[in-house]
Amino acid sequence: MKKTTLPIGPFHPLLEEPEFFTFHIDGETVVDVDLRIGYNHRGHEKLATGLTWDQVPFLVERICGICSTSHPYAYVLAVEDLLGIKAPPRGQFIRALIGEMERIHSHLLWLGLAGHFIGYNTVWMWAWRYREEILDACELLSGNRNHYAMNRVGGARRDVSQKALDFTMNALDVAEKATKMFLGAVADDPVIHKRLKGVGILTKEDAIAYGATGPTSRPSGVPFDVRVDDPYDAYGPSYTAGAWKVIVTENGDVFDKMVCRVLETLESIYLCRWLIENMPDGDFQVIPGNIPEGEGCGHHEAPRGEVFHYVRSDGSNKPIRHKVRAPTFVNLPTYKASCPGEQIADVALITASIDPCYCCTERVGVVADGRHSSLTQDDLVKLSVERTLEIEKKMGVKSVLSKFR
Amino acid sequence: MQVFYYLIFPGFLFAAVAGLLTTWFDRKVTARVHYRVGPPWFQSFADFFKLMGKEVILPENAKKTGFLLAPIVALAASVLVATILGLSNWSYDNGFVGDIIVFWYFLAVPSIMIILGAGAAGSPLSAVGSSREMKLLLGYEVPFVIVITMIIFKAGSLSLGGILEYQLAHGPILYSLSGVIAFIVALLCVQAKLGLVPFDAPEAETELGGGAFYDYSGAALAGFKLSKAILFYSLPIFLITLFWGGVRIDGGIGILWALLKYILIVALITVIRNTNPRLRIDQAVKFFWGWMTILSVIAFILSVNGL
Repeated sequence: MKKTTLPIGPFHPLLEEPEFFTFHIDGETVVDVDLRIGYNHRGHEKLATGLTWDQVPFLVERICGICSTSHPYAYVLAVEDLLGIKAPPRGQFIRALIGEMERIHSHLLWLGLAGHFIGYNTVWMWAWRYREEILDACELLSGNRNHYAMNRVGGARRDVSQKALDFTMNALDVAEKATKMFLGAVADDPVIHKRLKGVGILTKEDAIAYGATGPTSRPSGVPFDVRVDDPYDAYGPSYTAGAWKVIVTENGDVFDKMVCRVLETLESIYLCRWLIENMPDGDFQVIPGNIPEGEGCGHHEAPRGEVFHYVRSDGSNKPIRHKVRAPTFVNLPTYKASCPGEQIADVALITASIDPCYCCTERVGVVADGRHSSLTQDDLVKLSVERTLEIEKKMGVKSVLSKFR
Repeated sequence: MQVFYYLIFPGFLFAAVAGLLTTWFDRKVTARVHYRVGPPWFQSFADFFKLMGKEVILPENAKKTGFLLAPIVALAASVLVATILGLSNWSYDNGFVGDIIVFWYFLAVPSIMIILGAGAAGSPLSAVGSSREMKLLLGYEVPFVIVITMIIFKAGSLSLGGILEYQLAHGPILYSLSGVIAFIVALLCVQAKLGLVPFDAPEAETELGGGAFYDYSGAALAGFKLSKAILFYSLPIFLITLFWGGVRIDGGIGILWALLKYILIVALITVIRNTNPRLRIDQAVKFFWGWMTILSVIAFILSVNGL
């Protein structure tokens, strides 16, 4: 049978960023899916090695507009790991508060977009309207609606005022009411049930096999959450105090992903309240001092899943290696498991259901002679071997590789 | 005189202005529901004239004649629809026996032209949109025909004028149990005919990027948009004609009452489109062949029994 391919992208109303899907379809049914990224690669990891330790947070903040605190958060945790220091309690609470505010507005943004994708523009506009309250609170807390610049190695970059905290409490009340309304009105809508239930199921086995993370894996029954599994900053005490819980659902379809996100928004609201109520006094930052030689890892539960940063230092004022792994990078391949066998109308939803963030995920693509190609594992091994041989030749030593080749 | 009817009133010019204003009303109400400001009243006109001034891009793989003819035929058919409807409401003797069947036929032409035009465009997205429009057409025509047949039986007349005369004598069909059920079915069929949410799968901006209209641009797209706008004006009037005693221009109150009925139905359509997500095409077809057909048959049986 002749297969038709349906191109979606690189520029398409469904996609807020440039990427290219090729759906192989048979009638209205999707048989296979292929994805191409690399339209927007900016080389952040390389840029980071040209900046000082304290400049890097500002750079990584701009990896993504929505998870703008998750990347610097993971980065400062990595550097603190390298230094072996911990932020003072108030700094920890402030960082966690901003992190959770980000989760609330990110999930509300996704809820709105999900509504838009199923043609429910009223949900879109309403969700974004209530998101504004949270953004206002973020602006009062940090000075910016997004790109808060609140993370610094050794604590928070600025203190927050009691006035801003009070305002945030009110904004959280509004957001809680709105989220509960969405949970009641939207999740009980029979048409939404019809559209979302049983669509794009990602089984628990597939979620584990593809290494899915965050709100992509938790709806499939994989209870993985960095905030609990490897507690950092204020997350440990707040979880122990029972301020919030991890939302895990079992079905793995788009409906569960939506419900999971909406419930997570509520949990984040509770967590923010707990953080504000228990905000300790005292210093909010320590002076980290010189960065010694060594390496460090940091990870943070971003709204889309685990974001991981690795840094290596040679004792100078700049990292010599900085590695970023954004959650969407591991969530994208789950399309291979969840898309085939579904209708085109549903695939648009499934691709949106992992809340993809392509700018976080961008990797280099090679364009030569007007054609795009990606480097495979074999290509990379070949390049690596060639480089080793080159260095050996330069050093004039007998090749250790020769016996393996 | 026929030319005047067709081109000026109640045909092309009047229907186009009324249709674009209706589109604006729909957009404005939608915006208010969304907590947005919404466009000014002339926005639909501005959009139309801007599109008219844009280049018509012909896709490389398109069958050019079919591709370009489709919007023209669609527009001509929807103007005919508006003319027949307007004349029948103007004077009940204007019609002829069986004009409701002609009317129903012309009502299907814009949809068929969307199928043909999108099919001729030769791109996968248009092809999917075209096939969806076809499925949708097959879906909603079944209950739609049953409802129209029910009204023909009830009024005992095959002409729009006859149906209006029956309602003048016996009161609007809407004021009966079978009438209410049939009206709900017809309203949802109209929603699908206009390609509005929850039945906008053929366009599905977020899935197909415009679907059936994906390859259209400039004046050709404007033709389709205008044809949709004219249908947006005609179809609520059609519902009023079938169910609610028509638009009667006897004195000032009559016009006001007619306008009220019209705005009410348009508002109903707008509310439906803002409180529902898009149905998948197979779900939409199942919905029409299942629930809507059953409901229309129930209405038919009730009306035969005089309810």
